[in-house]
Amino acid sequence: MTENLLEVTGLEKHFPITRGIIFRRKIGAVRAVDGIDLAVQPGETLGLVGESGCGKTTTGRLVTRLIEPTAGRVVFDGRDITHVSAGRMRPMRREIQMIFQDPYSSLNPRHTVGAIVGAPFRVQNIKTPQGRKKAVQELLELVGLSPEHYNRYPHEFSGGQRQRIGIARALALRPKMVVADEPVSALDVSIQAQVVNLLDDLQKELGLTYLVIAHDLSVVRHISDRVAVMYLGKIVEVAPRDDLYSRPLHPYTLALLSAVPVPDPARRDAAQRERILLVGDVPSPIDPPSGCRFRTRCWKAQENRRWRRRHLTRSRPDTGSPATSRSPRRSAPVAARSRPGKPRRRSARRTTDRCRAARPCDPAALRRSWTLMPPVGGTGVQDRRDDRP
Amino acid sequence: MSNFLEVNDLRIHFATDDGLVKAVDGLTFGLERGHTLGIVGESGSGKSVTSLGILGLHRGGSARVRGEVWLDGEELISAPREEVRRLRGRKMAMIFQDPLAAMHPFYSVGRQIMEAYRVHHRVSKPAARRHAIDMLGRVGIPQPNRRIDDYPHQFSGGMRQRAMIAMALVNNPELLIADEPTTALDVTVQAQILDLIRNLQAEFGSAVIIITHDLGVVAELAENLLVMYGGKCVEYGSADQVFRRPEHPYTWGLLGSMPRLDRDVRERLISIKGSPPSLINLPSGCAFHPRCPYAGREGIPSLTEVPQLEGDGHLVACHLPVATRSRIFAEDVAPHL
Repeated sequence: MTENLLEVTGLEKHFPITRGIIFRRKIGAVRAVDGIDLAVQPGETLGLVGESGCGKTTTGRLVTRLIEPTAGRVVFDGRDITHVSAGRMRPMRREIQMIFQDPYSSLNPRHTVGAIVGAPFRVQNIKTPQGRKKAVQELLELVGLSPEHYNRYPHEFSGGQRQRIGIARALALRPKMVVADEPVSALDVSIQAQVVNLLDDLQKELGLTYLVIAHDLSVVRHISDRVAVMYLGKIVEVAPRDDLYSRPLHPYTLALLSAVPVPDPARRDAAQRERILLVGDVPSPIDPPSGCRFRTRCWKAQENRRWRRRHLTRSRPDTGSPATSRSPRRSAPVAARSRPGKPRRRSARRTTDRCRAARPCDPAALRRSWTLMPPVGGTGVQDRRDDRP
Repeated sequence: MSNFLEVNDLRIHFATDDGLVKAVDGLTFGLERGHTLGIVGESGSGKSVTSLGILGLHRGGSARVRGEVWLDGEELISAPREEVRRLRGRKMAMIFQDPLAAMHPFYSVGRQIMEAYRVHHRVSKPAARRHAIDMLGRVGIPQPNRRIDDYPHQFSGGMRQRAMIAMALVNNPELLIADEPTTALDVTVQAQILDLIRNLQAEFGSAVIIITHDLGVVAELAENLLVMYGGKCVEYGSADQVFRRPEHPYTWGLLGSMPRLDRDVRERLISIKGSPPSLINLPSGCAFHPRCPYAGREGIPSLTEVPQLEGDGHLVACHLPVATRSRIFAEDVAPHL
């Protein structure tokens, strides 16, 4: 086990909500990141996925110390950088750099490409043996641009080329780690592939470590070694890539994966049948749900709750009041297990029919019952009838 | 004119200071009631301009619109403005990509939906309000009688898109154009919205045009597929044909450059070299030739000729002879898709 390059423990960022002009009172906080643990090993790519508003971008800014954490610890390369000052952080920025999402707003329109890509040398006051211009031109070549682009301005470039400029700037000081925040989501599909391939090549060539933040599950699968799924400020699942995509354990991961449209019309019906449609919206991070953050939208929890309610009213018809649904939690799962095998639910929309899992989030039960992705080269989604309890 | 919607040689050009932008240049397609057509292409390929052109929203200004658009036996390009306005919103409606930009921030969602209804129906305000509440409920907005008085900024992204769909559907349009309806949304919300569009189409029997750059979305919804490049159609066919046996090298590139969850992880993505062309200075001949890995192969006519759409049902505009194309697809492309 090698030393982790980046280690994050109990990281929190709460943005205060204030009211009043002269006397600013804090009336609450947006709990954007609410206690996450992460570890990234040298040379690996960790993908961080989640829906908008789940705190993934905030996480990226916290680990690069663009913002100050509320609580927790960030250790980069053996040094605690949780609360170091901007001045003390500066030398460390040679080691950890960032690629931004929007190639239009992240490049100064009044600076030439040479000035933009050369800025890290200037800021860090680094002398390059062959001169700064030569170094910048080499970087431009490295990311697939031509050295003649040195004196041009960002507006003369297309989106994909601008993203390459941003990558060249991030790589100028040969960092150990690059945090890429949605590096391809603003680009066209064909350009996306170019940039993804470029990131791949650079990692091999320079031995980079990536933390890639993205919402596109298929892109993350392509570039990551390990994947962490975030929901409402917390990480709900971390696993090696193949494990996560072939055997997702958290109901949220499963719902997320099943929601990705399948680019194959022949599998349209199968995909729709297997799709888990989450109801409603992500709750507000100002006042997140107690317990499991996902419980308000969790199809597993709802399934259990609904079934339990029906089951209880049925078994005790004379008490038929809503109070019965508050009966001890344990009774229902026991009954569930002993229930004779009914036809299994095939459709995600018919969630209400039965309860299968012994407990809502028992990983073993989930692992037994769900296999989302077809086996390699398979024709379709596996028939799930074979794992009847 | 058998189809419900028939677009014939549609050309939409814009005169700009830099030159003539040929955003759409000779587009022809048809669509029947109850069917869905997907239009795919990269940004700047003319997808959105086409949809606005069908709705007649390019009138005046610098746009030059030529060609014919037949909607249920009526020609729209040469029809008077008032005529088109009468149809727009009632017979044909549009879902825009960004509902925050498409809705007026000063008016409540309900008021905007009611306005869309009352423009075409002579009903009292309370009746329109009831109808609007009903529509909001049908697109899956909880507590529609309370949310109707909310303003667009009080809705979440997915809810706003639903409200937008409610507004488009309030008059039961027979043609619905959805321009990147889910691009700004998260996957879980996207799945909800696609499901909604599918169900509403089944309910209302409308013809739907879905415009997107996401081939996954198209595969979910569309029966027919039109691939656009540089303002022209380069491939047209049933979704099955285009996904199973794509003919145009651009389509190969699009399919190859997309990482897929239903396949093994590939070492590298097949990317298309270069970037989309400027519509002012389109490359001569086939607009795709500077990016096409097979341009300049044996037996190809000079690059000054524009390839015509050819084929039986499955149309493709490519200079490569059919036999060569089949061979390249089988040898070079299919193993990597």
